[in-house]
Amino acid sequence: MGDILVITEHLKGEFQDITFEMLGKAKELTGISGGQCVAVTFGSMNGKADELGAADSVISIGGSDDFNPESYAAAVQSVVSAKSPSLVMVGSTSMGMDIASSAATALNIPAVSYCANISASGSGFSCTSSMYGGKMNAVTNVDGPAVAMVLAGAFNADAGRISGSPTVEDFSADFGAGKIRFKQLIEPESGDVDITQSEILVAVGRGIGSKDDIELAEELAEVLDADLACSRPLVDAGWMPKAHQVGKSGMKVKPKVYIALGISGAPEHIEGMKSSSTIIAINTDKNAPIFDVAHYGMTEDLFDVVEELVEELE
Amino acid sequence: MKIIVLLKQVPDLVEDLEVDASGKTLDTDDIKFKLNEYDDHALEEAILLKESGAVDEIIAMAVDGNGTDKMLFTAIAKGADGAVKLTGGNPADSHELGKAFSNVLASESYDMIFTGVQSVDDRDGQLGPIIGSYLGIPCVSVVSGIKVSGDTAVIHKEYSGGMMGEFEVDLPAVMGIQAAKQSPRYAPVSKIRQVQETAAIKEVSMGDLGSGSGSSVASMAPPEKGAGSEMLEDVEELIDVLKDKGVI
Repeated sequence: MGDILVITEHLKGEFQDITFEMLGKAKELTGISGGQCVAVTFGSMNGKADELGAADSVISIGGSDDFNPESYAAAVQSVVSAKSPSLVMVGSTSMGMDIASSAATALNIPAVSYCANISASGSGFSCTSSMYGGKMNAVTNVDGPAVAMVLAGAFNADAGRISGSPTVEDFSADFGAGKIRFKQLIEPESGDVDITQSEILVAVGRGIGSKDDIELAEELAEVLDADLACSRPLVDAGWMPKAHQVGKSGMKVKPKVYIALGISGAPEHIEGMKSSSTIIAINTDKNAPIFDVAHYGMTEDLFDVVEELVEELE
Repeated sequence: MKIIVLLKQVPDLVEDLEVDASGKTLDTDDIKFKLNEYDDHALEEAILLKESGAVDEIIAMAVDGNGTDKMLFTAIAKGADGAVKLTGGNPADSHELGKAFSNVLASESYDMIFTGVQSVDDRDGQLGPIIGSYLGIPCVSVVSGIKVSGDTAVIHKEYSGGMMGEFEVDLPAVMGIQAAKQSPRYAPVSKIRQVQETAAIKEVSMGDLGSGSGSSVASMAPPEKGAGSEMLEDVEELIDVLKDKGVI
């Protein structure tokens, strides 16, 4: 069995959690399948190779510290082509999405999206994709070079957060034709509240139905001395400010109590709130994936529950 | 400046989803399909650019199937200038779909190709980067803001935590749209009816679908339920939990 390449991800000089989540899993898999667990770094991140102790070795492909959809994908393509690994793990993240499908397509090797699990299987790997908003799992068996796009939060980051001194090999990569140029990093506008610091969050999703009805959730938040959060569609609809958004492209929160109102629990949302100490979900769809992560659930109409709750508590 | 927007339908997730007899794919007989929500945002962003004067023409493109005509007429009713339907095949995955679009796009003129950043049914990678790779043009995913100037576009790509990267992209290019500047608009039914009577959908053969993704689904099933939630029967029980957790 060949090696597993883990394409590390960094932002502002720090490896992101997804890097360690993938490394931990890759280390576990190569322990079974044989081969080496190899981390691939960009820019000057080879200077932090001591954080990548879960890897047997590091390939440093250099280039810019600033992510670039074109040059990072081209570089990964050239390193995969040169090293012929059994499996390439890339984050199912904003950066990973630019790398995985384009490199795999250019190399004519399979790519598997939304991997929630990967196991060693025969001479290859078995990848479980979380599809249809988390309502179905599809198993794809790959044998030979393939790219697995790993969902953030699918694996334990602590298992890959091992310090050490892996050997670092410099690799001279192709960085593409320069048709995309990085200009700047834009920091989020600071909102009225920092929901990553909240102890109690009342979060509203699409189930709330209309902008006016958010008022009811606000009332509940006030009674509970909680802050108001939301899922992505409410921000896209202009109903809630971006600073309140929980999930993949929003904030990662871990309050003591997270009350999810009318949130179905798409993987993108769950990624941002599953570390909450206690999760209470209210949703009329009993099959909603939110109930897989919630500690307590209710399938009643959220308006009935919230109205009654506010009345009782007042 | 011309934008081609690629549209596709996906199962409506409010439906109860079931696996068919093969055990490898969804049973689609009784389920409702709807426009991929990210594609809806891609179309909206294109229309907003046209309304701002930065774009002259928008063409909506989709593969033939149940509901395709209605989807394309709706796109015209919202603001697209024309529609193209790809016929003569049934793409089975993102790669075959990418091949079908790329075959047709190869003989079309365009400055930008817009598509939704992802869809709930892509198992073998996302359409945008696959098409970028087939056509040999740049692609950026998770785009939520575009300004066009001359033969380049300045775009915002979303990272996590509300951070964004700003990039300058040489055109032509593919954009995987995450969100338009405003919620996708609705087209009144009367307008869609009117479009159906006056507009024509151009039909083009999708050609050879290539060798696909190089992988296939071995099995499909709903996720195993873990311990799951402890279900609460009424508000009294909910209040007990909130008390127990120190919320009240």
